[in-house]
Amino acid sequence: MDVKVKILRYNPEVLDEAEWKTYSVTLLPGDRVLDALHKIKWEQDGTLTFRRSCAHGVCGSDAMRINGRNRLACKTLIKDLNPDKEITVEPIKGLPVLKDLVVDMEPFFDAYRAIMPFLVTSGHEPTRERIQSQADRERFDDTTKCILCAACTTSCPVFWSDGQYFGPQAIVGAHRFIFDSRDEGTEQRLEILNDKEGVWRCRTTFNCTDACPRGIEVTKAIQEVKRALIFRRV
Amino acid sequence: MQRHQYDVVIVGAGGAGMRAALESSKRTRTAVLTKLYPTRSHTGAAQGGMCAALANVEEDNWEWHTFDTVKGGDFLVDQDAAEVMCREAVDAVLDLEKMGLPFNRTAEGKIDQRFFGGHTRNHGEAVVRRSCFAADRTGHMILQTLYQQCIKQNVEFFNEFYVLDLLMVAGKATGVVAYELATGELHIFSAKSIVFASGGFGKVFRTTSNAHTLTGDGMGIVWRKGLPLEDMEFFQFHPTGLAGLGVLLSEAARGEGGILRNKDNERFMERYAPTVKDLAPRDMVARAMANEVREGRGCGPDGAYVMLDLTHLEPAHIDAKLPDITEFARTYLGVEPYTEQIPVFPTAHYAMGGIPTNIRGEALANNTDVIPGLYAAGEVACVSVHGANRLGTNSLLDINVFGRRAGIAAAEYAETADFEELPDAPETFVVDLIEGMRTATGEERVAAIRADLQATMDINAQVYRTEGSLKQALTDIEALKLRFANVAVQDKGKRFNTDLLEAVELGFLLDLAEVLVVSALARKESRGGHFREDYDKRDDVNFMRHTMAYRSIDAEGNVNIRLDYKPVVQTRYKPMERKY
Repeated sequence: MDVKVKILRYNPEVLDEAEWKTYSVTLLPGDRVLDALHKIKWEQDGTLTFRRSCAHGVCGSDAMRINGRNRLACKTLIKDLNPDKEITVEPIKGLPVLKDLVVDMEPFFDAYRAIMPFLVTSGHEPTRERIQSQADRERFDDTTKCILCAACTTSCPVFWSDGQYFGPQAIVGAHRFIFDSRDEGTEQRLEILNDKEGVWRCRTTFNCTDACPRGIEVTKAIQEVKRALIFRRV
Repeated sequence: MQRHQYDVVIVGAGGAGMRAALESSKRTRTAVLTKLYPTRSHTGAAQGGMCAALANVEEDNWEWHTFDTVKGGDFLVDQDAAEVMCREAVDAVLDLEKMGLPFNRTAEGKIDQRFFGGHTRNHGEAVVRRSCFAADRTGHMILQTLYQQCIKQNVEFFNEFYVLDLLMVAGKATGVVAYELATGELHIFSAKSIVFASGGFGKVFRTTSNAHTLTGDGMGIVWRKGLPLEDMEFFQFHPTGLAGLGVLLSEAARGEGGILRNKDNERFMERYAPTVKDLAPRDMVARAMANEVREGRGCGPDGAYVMLDLTHLEPAHIDAKLPDITEFARTYLGVEPYTEQIPVFPTAHYAMGGIPTNIRGEALANNTDVIPGLYAAGEVACVSVHGANRLGTNSLLDINVFGRRAGIAAAEYAETADFEELPDAPETFVVDLIEGMRTATGEERVAAIRADLQATMDINAQVYRTEGSLKQALTDIEALKLRFANVAVQDKGKRFNTDLLEAVELGFLLDLAEVLVVSALARKESRGGHFREDYDKRDDVNFMRHTMAYRSIDAEGNVNIRLDYKPVVQTRYKPMERKY
């Protein structure tokens, strides 16, 4: 079937302003939006630029705004988008656009790195593995699924208006360790997130949960971190 | 152009690269150059687990694991290397747990283990639970955990820096030239040690589980330097790719009880591997599936695939152990694995071959001599621990064991060596490559040539090969190389020019496809992942040896591929017939 794909193009080497361009491509209903972008790049316009790698939703390279919603291009099928109408594709919002659908990911990764996203322990290491019950392992399972695609953070209206806000992903990254029974860095992480740009900026609009391509209950995770801060226990 | 100097430069930030970086950066000044962001690396797509004889759920030991690895690799494995890998596997898993990796747990809270193809108790008696896992996203957890540790240790990354050349002076590795994707600027890195950990080249095939970015850059760079590539004819086709797409469905699906069925609903693996059935090694299962299809027992309107049946498993069990792969089936094929069988067909998955190294991760210039300052680990390397066919889970093990070893060896060498003078104008080769590509005015398009390459490789060099099919592939590749000389890119800019990089990547793919096919033509036997219908038996008299391919230029300036061979290291195990 013939599908129209409207893409927000931007290349400061050519033009200061971003502009919409519409392409017509022949696709199958089961094709991904990523297939559409590839067909355009490979057959029509080689200058179209986007990141991608695994093409099946695990590497987190190709988060973009598709029909106004943050999704992974490789996990969004054409038939699920009402292809009778034009499909719009634009870069995720709130991070500087570098070229077409490519944004500067550094501010996003800075926030992730700031919450100490690694296991913190003290004392001697055991000779074998640390023991962890199945229930304790299950406690933080949801937030281990994060692939750092930034779909959540760049769907958050607070992040759009306040680039200082850590954003949902960083809180998810902290949650993964705060609720890990093996970790001893909870106090430090909670202090970081108690900052005025931390969890209290969250207005529970649930955009992040809707946006997560891994199905993580992001808003719930943020609420759990807030509760941990109030009661000072996990 | 910018210049940098580091003791150790690591190329690639997947599992092997980051595991190497954790060792190297605590000993000496280290930079990691990666064409992607580290967490985008394809280690993250690995699913089923990492084997180690922890014996947490049943009796096991690393010697059994070594035997399985050697037999799984159809006796082309260097047995000293396999011993190292399987012995160090236990610590490798425990190290990851201590770094925070969230393994699934047993009822006692220990790391849980499950069945996996080709892994057996007591030299083939029965299947054994050896794979340590985190649901069906073990690779994701390894990649994330290693990246987290790199953050903790302040490892210095150069993200989206595409290494395009290796600098050598008097037979020593002295640096690399990298292209910064964001700006188009070139960077010269001078280093005492260089570790390639840049992954495989699955994109020579059309149907593949590999990422778009797996274009064999590291192997291609080394190849163009006249250095050897080992065992390139051995490519693994994973049995269960989503039909038509190639997206990987973990062997863990069968480890957890999944069954392969043909159009008669027959559990056909009972005929091919009576003892271990669906958990036979991947090469055997892939061939069995392809055989079912060609003998008319395939499923679907064209009989082009077989079915993976999980419908007898409890939905709760599927959700707990196989959440991601069942979601792939729902997302991409609209199939509900609770109640429907999933269409699957073999998908190009893993290069057993690559840059030859010894067990310290040192790269080899020939059968015996190391290249001072050059190291390789992970899929880009060939130690060889996988021989003619890699066992499932042994790649995640390989990257951890040999990534660590290469990182240590590279740092130790850097502590004693001096920086070498770089050649004059070290950027010349890359400038010519990039600017030649950018300014070319030919008629050919990258995507068209790549599609034709992948088509001929899928038809002629896949699960079943013959002299005729391989010769056809070689003829096609030669023609495609001529077309490639006439290729042009549309994007002429400096900024994020992915159009240009795809052209460079295609150059590597064409080179490596040719090496694969030439090596396969010369190997007139069937062993592991390399199956020749015209020579359908293993031939230990003539081919119990590794292929070593070299790029050579003759007196008239023509580029040729020269094949040599290297003995297999055998310690404990004598070759035997491979039955399961």
